[in-house]
Amino acid sequence: MNTNIYRHEFRTHLKSVLTWSMAVTGILFVYFSFFSVFADQAALMNEMLENFPQEFRAAFGLDNMDLSSVLGYFSFVFLFAQLCLAIQAGNYGFGLVSIEESELTADFLLSKPVSRAQVLTSKLLAALTGLILTNLVVWVASFLAISLFRGEREYEARVLILLLLSMVIFQFFFLSVGLVISLLVKRVRNVTPYALGLGFGTYVLGAFSGMLGDVKLELITPFKHFDAAAIVKQGAYDTALVLLNVAVSLLALGLSYWLYLRRDIPAVS
Amino acid sequence: MSIIEVTDLTKYYGKARGIVNVSFEVEEGEIFGFIGPNGAGKSTTIRLLLSLIHPSSGSAKVFGKDVTAHGPEIRRDIGYLPSEVYYYEGMKVIDLLKYSASFFDCDCTQRMHQLADTMELSLNRRINDLSYGNKKKVGIVQGLLHSPKLLFLDEPTAGLDPLMQRKFFDLIRAENARGVTVFFSSHILGEVQRLCTRVGIIREGSIAEISDIRTLQQNNYKKIGITAAGLDAASFDLPGMTNIQPENSTLHFFFKGDINVVLEKISTIQVTDVTIEEPTLEEIFMHYYE
Repeated sequence: MNTNIYRHEFRTHLKSVLTWSMAVTGILFVYFSFFSVFADQAALMNEMLENFPQEFRAAFGLDNMDLSSVLGYFSFVFLFAQLCLAIQAGNYGFGLVSIEESELTADFLLSKPVSRAQVLTSKLLAALTGLILTNLVVWVASFLAISLFRGEREYEARVLILLLLSMVIFQFFFLSVGLVISLLVKRVRNVTPYALGLGFGTYVLGAFSGMLGDVKLELITPFKHFDAAAIVKQGAYDTALVLLNVAVSLLALGLSYWLYLRRDIPAVS
Repeated sequence: MSIIEVTDLTKYYGKARGIVNVSFEVEEGEIFGFIGPNGAGKSTTIRLLLSLIHPSSGSAKVFGKDVTAHGPEIRRDIGYLPSEVYYYEGMKVIDLLKYSASFFDCDCTQRMHQLADTMELSLNRRINDLSYGNKKKVGIVQGLLHSPKLLFLDEPTAGLDPLMQRKFFDLIRAENARGVTVFFSSHILGEVQRLCTRVGIIREGSIAEISDIRTLQQNNYKKIGITAAGLDAASFDLPGMTNIQPENSTLHFFFKGDINVVLEKISTIQVTDVTIEEPTLEEIFMHYYE
């Protein structure tokens, strides 16, 4: 690792870390402010949901949720937080080396006396630091939002911690998969569409997986690897799916190193 | 000692040619000019030497070390000025230069200010706000900051006004006088002629010629013009004549070989005017491209 690169990279992420942290915090608080209404009218709510088509409920993971319980409601909100976190991590992954290349600063950086591996490691660690900071903010925000709006309702803190812990592995998936895709395609000119595509794509796959009850789709989307409703229901991770998620992330990471060390840095064209 | 040793270096981008079987050496302390038109492979060669890209075949050594195996170590003593300079937007000039300096074991603050003064670069401006020429200056200071032993300049003068160009050349000469080896890539022959001791000409990815700049100008070619009444090109047919251009009663051509042969020939006719000149590098250069 090279501390200069790490510091420089971290600084470039800082603003985006703040933005994403605020966005997720906002979502948590806004949704949770409606919790007491939902919980009080749970019977009505569930009756209303019954009227929606089963596929619709499945798409939002509503068929497994008890919106009148703290964690049931949280798992519903958590899905939106996950979507944001996925896009954030995807953004960092896709941009990790491609931004330097499209802005032609890669020549500057790589003509310095540092190895490619050092460059990539420093960049990855800086991005991970940014993600972990975001995670911390979301942890605090989650506990705050719950304690503010839960009223008299009890919840199992262990399961909440389980959900919150999943974020870092979940984001690591999007970081490393984003990175490897950015190294596999010829050139990423703009990061955002890729990150949105990967984030929403895997989200929709997760939703379809719920709608169709198709097991195969569950295997490829982190939204199913870390299905909040299922975790709350089981009180545990689905170990096989989590392991699969980690394996894919590590594979993507390994392949990224392999590709980056052999990469021809594109020149001006 | 050879600072740069390139042996049969070849680079293909997929099927597109970069360079093919390029071999040359650059000696310590010289200013080596590398000329060729756009797309000839000048940047490709430099990027290979910096291991920004990897060779398809062949090898290159800098400071006696293989560039692929010892990249980071070699780059400790290299300064690089790319042809297009774009730096981290939103950063101030001074921050960028400090970031650049942080990679080297040196306290470059004093030198940074000296160089910035020489190039008339204000350090507190944002890079976004700089003109192309000023960005180029940032590149120059950035490349020289850490007192490298070897400088790669890829078309360095584009965007600099003539006054700045002169200052830049003085700077490069001063560095060279301190023993710095310079690899100077350009498609402008005038500047290569002014600065370089030896020159390599690259054309369509292959080296067309490597020679001393004087040899290239003096020993090889003479530019000859003969004016005589009723002179026609057919009557003047000697081996070694090229680029023959008849113009009314005047005949212009390049001649390579024993100059006495031409003089003898001239003495057999009644001439009104004769000129024998050194061709400019420009003309020699054009010649290589025909």
